[in-house]
Amino acid sequence: MDPLVSLPDWAGLAPMLAFGVTALVLFVLDSIEPESDSLSLTVLTGVGLIGSLAAVVLSGWFLLEAGTVELFDGAYIVDEMSLFFTALFGSVTALVVLGSHDYIAEEDYQAEYYSLVFLAATGMAMVASANSLAAAFVAVELVSLPSYALVAYLKHNRGSVEAGLKYFLVGALSSAIFVYGISLVYGATGALQFDMVAEAIATDTLTGGPGILGLGILMVIGGIAFKTAAVPFHFWAPEAYEGAPAPISGFLSSASKAAGFVLAFRVFAVAFPLQAVSGTFDWTLAFLVLSVVTMTLGNFAAATQEKVKRMLAYSSIGHAGYVLMALAAFSGTGTESLLAGVSNDSLLLGAGMMHLLVYGFMNTGAFLFVALAEHWGVGRRFEDYNGLWRDAPIASVAMTVFLFSLAGLPVGAGFLSKYVLFMGVIGAGLWWLVVIALVNSALSLYYYSRLVKALWIETPETQREIDSYPVGLYAAVVGAAVVTVLLLPGFGVATEEAIAAASALL
Amino acid sequence: MLIEALLIATLLAAGVVFFAPDRYAGKLATALSVLPLAGSLWLWLDFEGSGNALLEGSDIAYETTIEWMDIGYTLQWHVGLDGVSLPLIVLTTILTTAAIVSAWTPIDERQSQFYGLVLLLEFGLLGVFAALDFFLWFVFWEVVLVPMYFLIAIWGGPRRKYAAIKFFVYTNVASLILFVGFLTLVFAMGDSVTTLGLPEVAQALHAGGAVGSIAGFAPETVKLFAFALMFFGFAVKVPIVPVHTWLPDAHVEAPTPVSVLLAGVLLKMGTYALLRFNFTMLPGVATDYAELIAAIAVLSVIYGAMLALAQQDLKRIVAYSSISSMGYVILGLVAYTTYGIGGATFQMISHGFISGLMFMVVGVVYNETHTRMVGDMSGMADRMPWTVGIFVAAAFGYMGLPLMSGFAAEVFVFLGSFGTPHLSLAPLFTAAAMFGIVIVAGYLLWAMQRTLFGEFDLGTDYEVGPAPLHDIAPLAVLLACVIVLGVNPDLFMGMIQDAINPIVDSLGGGA
Repeated sequence: MDPLVSLPDWAGLAPMLAFGVTALVLFVLDSIEPESDSLSLTVLTGVGLIGSLAAVVLSGWFLLEAGTVELFDGAYIVDEMSLFFTALFGSVTALVVLGSHDYIAEEDYQAEYYSLVFLAATGMAMVASANSLAAAFVAVELVSLPSYALVAYLKHNRGSVEAGLKYFLVGALSSAIFVYGISLVYGATGALQFDMVAEAIATDTLTGGPGILGLGILMVIGGIAFKTAAVPFHFWAPEAYEGAPAPISGFLSSASKAAGFVLAFRVFAVAFPLQAVSGTFDWTLAFLVLSVVTMTLGNFAAATQEKVKRMLAYSSIGHAGYVLMALAAFSGTGTESLLAGVSNDSLLLGAGMMHLLVYGFMNTGAFLFVALAEHWGVGRRFEDYNGLWRDAPIASVAMTVFLFSLAGLPVGAGFLSKYVLFMGVIGAGLWWLVVIALVNSALSLYYYSRLVKALWIETPETQREIDSYPVGLYAAVVGAAVVTVLLLPGFGVATEEAIAAASALL
Repeated sequence: MLIEALLIATLLAAGVVFFAPDRYAGKLATALSVLPLAGSLWLWLDFEGSGNALLEGSDIAYETTIEWMDIGYTLQWHVGLDGVSLPLIVLTTILTTAAIVSAWTPIDERQSQFYGLVLLLEFGLLGVFAALDFFLWFVFWEVVLVPMYFLIAIWGGPRRKYAAIKFFVYTNVASLILFVGFLTLVFAMGDSVTTLGLPEVAQALHAGGAVGSIAGFAPETVKLFAFALMFFGFAVKVPIVPVHTWLPDAHVEAPTPVSVLLAGVLLKMGTYALLRFNFTMLPGVATDYAELIAAIAVLSVIYGAMLALAQQDLKRIVAYSSISSMGYVILGLVAYTTYGIGGATFQMISHGFISGLMFMVVGVVYNETHTRMVGDMSGMADRMPWTVGIFVAAAFGYMGLPLMSGFAAEVFVFLGSFGTPHLSLAPLFTAAAMFGIVIVAGYLLWAMQRTLFGEFDLGTDYEVGPAPLHDIAPLAVLLACVIVLGVNPDLFMGMIQDAINPIVDSLGGGA
């Protein structure tokens, strides 16, 4: 890492450590002052904000300095891709921490809640940097275990506990599949580190023939499908997102999903290069099927929901389907894209990263708006949101921005990220896949606008009384909306970073 | 930087008004909407551009180009005006201010949001007419949908939600289709364009040979495909028969000030885009299929007028007659002569003022009587003489009375289309379209005869008196615009002809 000569290599861990240290500081604070009162909650939120923003600043700074550090014998790698995603995780974490401040004000174990969030964030940062299958598995577990507890955090709420259990059971099964897949890959190639796996495959020294490796790859895809909530490993997602505290739903559906994708990008671009493995197992075909099924099922199911949070949950599955297109259209060759000097694969991965980034803000914002509604005791159905603008005009404007941006109207950057993604897929020659995505995208406008209609156009069924305006939640919702809109003019800068990161990986 | 100032002022005004107290919102919005109005008039007085902004040899007025991002193609913040877009900008700002004032009476709830959204709509419209980069243009094009959806769905009539969602879905699907159409064209052009700037694409197309084959289809097929998709996308917006069905619903349900903007400016987005994209970029395809397009245009004229003839609701009459009037625009465009395209562009402006005026005057009658049904009222002239006077004047403007802008526009269109070399059987098409005027005169005279004159009678229980001054004032302003443009079409016609001549010249001319 040349520009950071003054810093030792292990300084590359700093963005990840920012999360980890914050988690520990929160534990320490809790042991000093175990009784929660309002002052300590403010302190906890403040510490959380500082920690997450520190991660954003550190990763942003390293990203500008551009360099790659390998640590622990190459099992852990800090490069542009990992830093990009760490910045994304930090931003989402900051929003979630800010939004949780009011949401959990009445609950017990606030410090534990925050530190679990930060432990999961630490895991995500590690996933982004993991360069060996073993490190990836440990990191994924570090994301999953706190997540199970966070989903079940509202322990007097049946839905929350049930969601936590369901998430845990599916999660445990997926982990088993994932780790078994890893063991098969190891058995076949004798390597765990991504580049060595690729080397072993290239030199054709596979133990047990290509079948073992193929099965291993398929199982690794299963593990990733669980993390990204892709069909058929999606059925925990609607339950978990609906039952979990709303800020956690936002956290899981934005940050945790992005963690799954960064792992997928790295594993499949580095460890299983398409040219080498296409003889044994053409994984783009698997992602093609996953992508079509995931986006179609997600969007159609979202259109039939009666509850807002569930609609957002299914729409989140649909968006995973869009990002999966990036892997489905992957070619493994250096075919140049429409963008001069950039391969189409880099464009695809960069576009996927951008969509996840934009999604991180608009989707977290949408869930935080739901958190705001839950905080006020507004019900769960669309009808319960009728005429909410009367009580919360500013938050309703923000929510409208999120929803239209999610639907792909150019009021936010969601339009651009989707467009670049589609362009990359067209560049790979998959016209029909884009047509399916466009149909899905058009359908999504229907169910997103249902909520917009409820917010602004319908009249409330019952009188609701809202007297408190939680500052933290409001700040988080408005902040997310502002970033969603600002990413529209700022899209070019961020996309350059994303594409550069993808090119560096390839 | 004048265009940017205009846009920013409008957007800021929208934001301020949106969160202002309801009591002052109407007056505040009026005051703030004067900013873009004054700005656009300044642009007009100070206009020094020449030529067509899309074609070579032009001098684009108030042009700014800033690189936005490079995603395969360089996207730019590229705005500028020529003789086609400037009159539409002026039309937009005048109509918006008039519509805001005309909303004082009918809009009695959630005023601040109403006026905020109207100003947001104005922002989008100004952007559509000023943008010279496809992506930027498309962003504004879509931005227009959002406030329009809310304006119909919240303040509309009894079936407002249905009308709003129909409008939204129709036009959004149309946007998607035209987006695909344009991008197909650009992809097929390969390396000959590096940006999505409209001038660059248009000039590359005019230079010839730019379109390659794509996915095994020959260049000519690709052009036809792109032309058809874009034509369809814009036809929905115009609207052209048979994709017009969203329009009567949207118009009838929308509150009057929104109808004014819908008929006055939103429909012109469609014809403006047809002129900019289809007819400027792909004149070859347009002339190849000139007869088909002219037939669709004449069908719109006649069918729209016949539908208007069958209506009982004054607003529906005006709505359907808009479809008819837009048919003249298409006929003028496909003629590809100076008078034809110039007349079509002039008709956009003229129809903007006249249809806005008609909707507004129907709205004023409705404010007093609470009905729009022809059978429910008669003899309005006794009770509200000023309003009725303007009503009659506007209707005659619609019928094309000389010295009003509609006359000038239609004469230009017919002069241009009668002798065009690009359209076989041109005199026949022109004669058929002219017949539309007879029908227009028929239904308007008949409707006025029944509602305005004769014994006073009203089917609803309302005291009918003269409308308040702030209802009459915008009517008078718009009527003045119609007459001024009728007496002196050259206020706009000079710059319009200057801007469309390059298109005509590229096909070998023809008056």
